[in-house]
Amino acid sequence: FFQYCLSGHPTLPCNVLKFKSTTIMLDCGLDMTSTLNFLPLPLVQSPRLSKLPGWVLKDGSTFLDKELKECSGHVFVDSVPEFCLPETELLDLSTVDVILISNYHCMMALPYITEYTGFTGTVYATEPTVQIGRLLMEELVNSIERVPKAQSASMWKNKEVQRLLPAPLKDAVEVSMWRKCYTMPEVNSALSKIQLVGYSQKIELFGAVQVTPLSSGYALGSSNWIIQSHYEKVSYVSGSSLLTTHPQPMDQASLKNSDVLILTGLTQIPTANPDGMVGEFCSNLAMTVRNGGNVLVPCYPSGVIYDLLECLYQYIDSAGLTNVPFYFISPVANSSLEFSQIFAEWLCHNKQTKVYLPEPPFPHAELIQTNKLKHYPSIHGDFSNDFKQPCVVFTGHPSLRFGDVVHFMELWGKSSLNTVIFTEPDFSYLDALAPYQPLAMKCVYCPIDTRLNFIQVSKLLKEVQPLHVVCPEQYTQPPPTQSHRTDLMIDCQPPPMSYRRAEVLTLPYKRRYEKIEIMPELADSLVPLEIKPGISLATVSAVLHTKDNKHVLQLPPKPPQPPASKKRKRVSDDVPECKPLKPLLSGSIPVDQFVQTLEKHGFSDVKVEDTAKGHIVLLQEAETLIQIEEDSTHIICDNDEPLRVKLRDLVLKFLQKF
Amino acid sequence: MPEIKVTPLGAGQDVGRSCILVSIAGKNVMLDCGMHMGYNDDRRFPDFSYITQNGRLTDFLDCVIISHFHLDHCGALPYFSEMVGYDGPIYMTHPTKAICPILLEDYRKITVDKKGETNFFTSQMIKDCMKKVVAVHLHQTVQVDEELEIKAYYAGHVLGAAMFQIKVGCESVVYTGDYNMTPDRHLGAAWIDKCRPDLLITESTYATTIRDSKRCRERDFLKKVHETVERGGKVLIPVFALGRAQELCILLETFWERMNLKAPIYFSTGLTEKANHYYKLFITWTNQKIRKTFVQRNMFEFKHIKAFDRAFADNPGPMVVFATPGMLHAGQSLQIFRKWAGNEKNMVIMPGYCVQGTVGHKILSGQRKLEMEGRQILEVKMQVEYMSFSAHADAKGIMQLIRQAEPRNVLLVHGEAKKMEFLKQKIEQEFHVNCYMPANGETTTILTNPSIPVDISLGLLKRETAIGLLPDVKKPKLMHGTLIMKDNSFRLVSPEQALKELGLAEHQLRFTCRVHIQDPRKEHETVLRVYNHLKGVLKDYSVQHLPDGSITVESILIQATAHSEDQGTKVLLVSWTYQDEELGSYLTSLLKKGLPQSTA
Repeated sequence: FFQYCLSGHPTLPCNVLKFKSTTIMLDCGLDMTSTLNFLPLPLVQSPRLSKLPGWVLKDGSTFLDKELKECSGHVFVDSVPEFCLPETELLDLSTVDVILISNYHCMMALPYITEYTGFTGTVYATEPTVQIGRLLMEELVNSIERVPKAQSASMWKNKEVQRLLPAPLKDAVEVSMWRKCYTMPEVNSALSKIQLVGYSQKIELFGAVQVTPLSSGYALGSSNWIIQSHYEKVSYVSGSSLLTTHPQPMDQASLKNSDVLILTGLTQIPTANPDGMVGEFCSNLAMTVRNGGNVLVPCYPSGVIYDLLECLYQYIDSAGLTNVPFYFISPVANSSLEFSQIFAEWLCHNKQTKVYLPEPPFPHAELIQTNKLKHYPSIHGDFSNDFKQPCVVFTGHPSLRFGDVVHFMELWGKSSLNTVIFTEPDFSYLDALAPYQPLAMKCVYCPIDTRLNFIQVSKLLKEVQPLHVVCPEQYTQPPPTQSHRTDLMIDCQPPPMSYRRAEVLTLPYKRRYEKIEIMPELADSLVPLEIKPGISLATVSAVLHTKDNKHVLQLPPKPPQPPASKKRKRVSDDVPECKPLKPLLSGSIPVDQFVQTLEKHGFSDVKVEDTAKGHIVLLQEAETLIQIEEDSTHIICDNDEPLRVKLRDLVLKFLQKF
Repeated sequence: MPEIKVTPLGAGQDVGRSCILVSIAGKNVMLDCGMHMGYNDDRRFPDFSYITQNGRLTDFLDCVIISHFHLDHCGALPYFSEMVGYDGPIYMTHPTKAICPILLEDYRKITVDKKGETNFFTSQMIKDCMKKVVAVHLHQTVQVDEELEIKAYYAGHVLGAAMFQIKVGCESVVYTGDYNMTPDRHLGAAWIDKCRPDLLITESTYATTIRDSKRCRERDFLKKVHETVERGGKVLIPVFALGRAQELCILLETFWERMNLKAPIYFSTGLTEKANHYYKLFITWTNQKIRKTFVQRNMFEFKHIKAFDRAFADNPGPMVVFATPGMLHAGQSLQIFRKWAGNEKNMVIMPGYCVQGTVGHKILSGQRKLEMEGRQILEVKMQVEYMSFSAHADAKGIMQLIRQAEPRNVLLVHGEAKKMEFLKQKIEQEFHVNCYMPANGETTTILTNPSIPVDISLGLLKRETAIGLLPDVKKPKLMHGTLIMKDNSFRLVSPEQALKELGLAEHQLRFTCRVHIQDPRKEHETVLRVYNHLKGVLKDYSVQHLPDGSITVESILIQATAHSEDQGTKVLLVSWTYQDEELGSYLTSLLKKGLPQSTA
């Protein structure tokens, strides 16, 4: 049992598990923090960005000035943004049998895996995961493709050149592996390989392994996975939440009795309380709008935005924001809002019961109906006609490198009346803002990450008690910026096994049993013998059939009738076939009784001699000698087969067979 | 011998009040709890005294499963749980859980408010009953208790309809409820995997029908509606508020749009909009096409179809009205029918099955003079059309489902005895499985023959698989092990391990046989001849000549010594343990025959 670790990002995992002759990929997260090294892609020509000076080396050489631009002391690559893929060299990815997806954020690298590695297997995910994952991919592709960039920078990636660059470019890892975004045909092809599954559905893989998704409480359709055979259980916990937001609550009970629990996707902001952050979000938003400013919320088109809209729904009137327009701008805004309403079965209890009324589970339906929330595919078209300020705009991408958000940063950045509020925890807000500096706009950081924090993890582990915990190395030490906070790491016994990118881990299992089925006919033929009180034994001689990794024992076929004709056969015809071993024997032979038995069977000249360890029984006439000891019997005789067989059977009467 | 027992309390050789008791591996499950539309007395509900004569329902039943929201499958539920008394779990899918209480309330209103019956379940009872419902997802394995698990499969038929697999250990039953094997305008086709249940309990409404293509029926339907409207007639389509109604609405809506027709289409009850709302919220349960396009165009938002007011029925000119209920046995559809029946320009289209005793059933069987309440005779002059849109599998579909699931036995319910008989024969012929069709109250017992799962030690299994398990029919390999039965656990281990675990020592039984051979040669030459001989004969065995002068065949040892008295005779000592008995015995008899003449 091995685990290949293909991603170093703890919340965007990609691991491959070799489990009982199946190769299972757990998630394929795409690390998009690499895009922070690139210049933003403006929808509309930005004079500011196009005037940024080229970067010049210390020695004055300018050969990189076309590729690298400098902005407020930071250096950016002027090129189509690229992403850091999971490791593809550690093992042959065409051998992956299945991919299990835990939530829509953890499938963004899927097209790279399914379309470029020779992958021929199946992907398993829940319906909301697939639908919303598709929306995220569509938005990503759309926002990059609609701003065609002529230039594709590659010189800076040269190892010799990279060494000379300032941080963080200098320290960027695996830049040679960075790839441009995939295309819609690739997305469609990748998604067509997905098979939909429901929570607690047991899926058989090749008869050897069973996988089951469980609700993880983090997002619509998000799952943890159980990977088990009859005797081993691995729990894969990825992006789970114990907070009550919109998704169905986390199923913790089913994680019990795991041999190994792989723990990924914990909160990225362990010190922030999501509830507090939502409160701050609302009050900052209200304050800005009251002062006549605009609010920009860089966000993903699904997920936390549903919760934010719900909070605002309750907050708008009391905060006097009734007439402030809320805009949600994304090529998939409409789809996201519509899809959120049809997944009642994947929602928390409160939202589920609304559907029984029948009412839409999310109140944003009402916000749309009352025209308080409007959604547009982009800033072009209808939006430009309807656009009124001051307003609140929700749009992507949270990295601030592409999507409509770039336009609003350029538009509103110069005024201190406006505020940008960061709610998504995936990107450092300072890094995200770097290419927009200097900035007059207010910046508020309210990261909302509902995934497990370390206190919850330690509770969870106590509750489900796995034998071993496996986690990314980041979770086994305090965060680098808070090295004194030893409470911000996983604390369990035995200590967790940690992994890092491109490492192979041997997982600790000891397997001793396998399931096998005894066919009814065979079961009927068995003769159980009670050996000790409550314990019975039966010797089984049977034919083993193995098909699709399932083992079945059947009654051995009846021996063929001996041929009627007594034709002379060649000697080799008599060679016994490889028959099963005779059973083992146990017990001991009481000499007196044995001698009596012999006499009863017509041996008249039996003589017994004592030896150091037992007895020797002599049959003088037959020149036969039987050595009897506690744990052995040895019959030494002439080649008189009938005699030997007779003696054998008499001895066997005293012994038990196994 | 383990067995599965099935007793229909309803739907045995009948359509209506579906209710089937199943006992499997010590667990008792009730499948559906419906009412009968054809009766207004005690017979409308299943006879639960079959269970209660021996004790409480809750003690007897491990769970209740409801397949879908039609009243003939869930109509008796509040009576059963609140009036007879059942507190255990009731399982159904989410859409069923959402829609079922509405239809129950509707049913209650008609019975109590309109017909004035007392001693019927109340609104509060419906609510209390629904509190006992646990909603299940498709394909989710629900653990009812440690041993009993159930799993829902998509059944088409109506929104949220499901087939259920009931499983205990390796024994299982699949109950289809009502299902449809062909996708229609709003739902997908039923699907099940090759789950090989011991028993498949299937509906058989259309046991003898093989329906023509859906497209033809749709064209036919549209043609009839269109012609009637063109000549200024009125079309009445009795439907149930949820299900067929939505399919036909989609059909008419698109047709009206395409043909640019102006005649009004009405939908009769207040339930309409609400019903359509359920379809919108549970769109994941509809067919692929609707699901794919719902963001751009939600098929359940109708432009041409408006709410009906009872005053409209007297309006002049053509119109199309969908009215509930679907069998013309009560309510608005019956009222409108009475108004329009006398005019030969009008038409009533019955799009679904009608049970005996209903007005729908009477006019479909050709009756044109109907005795109404108060001895009034209603003469039916309007055209009566029957178009089977009800989403049940036809004979072909039932056979297809059996092929998919590969059951070991089939049991028919929810159909008419005569038709069942025909289908039963067909099933037995084609699939060579037993097919049963018990009447209500009659118990069918099916013997199952489950194999017994045991734990085999990996050591033993690996030892066996290492020998090589090429499937050789002529020479199947036998494996030998010891089954340890302790408490309820069964473990198959190697005999050595069994001895060790029980703290017993092995008793070794060894044989040494003296075989005399006439050979004047020197000892080592004799040994060499013996070696060559054995090597020649025992080609499949490992025969070795050891440096110390002895020979081994597998683990059998052969040593040669000179005879103490006769130099021309050599004595071979052949020694083997009891485990090598066959080979040892064979060797001695082989050697006894002497050595072949030297080829040298």
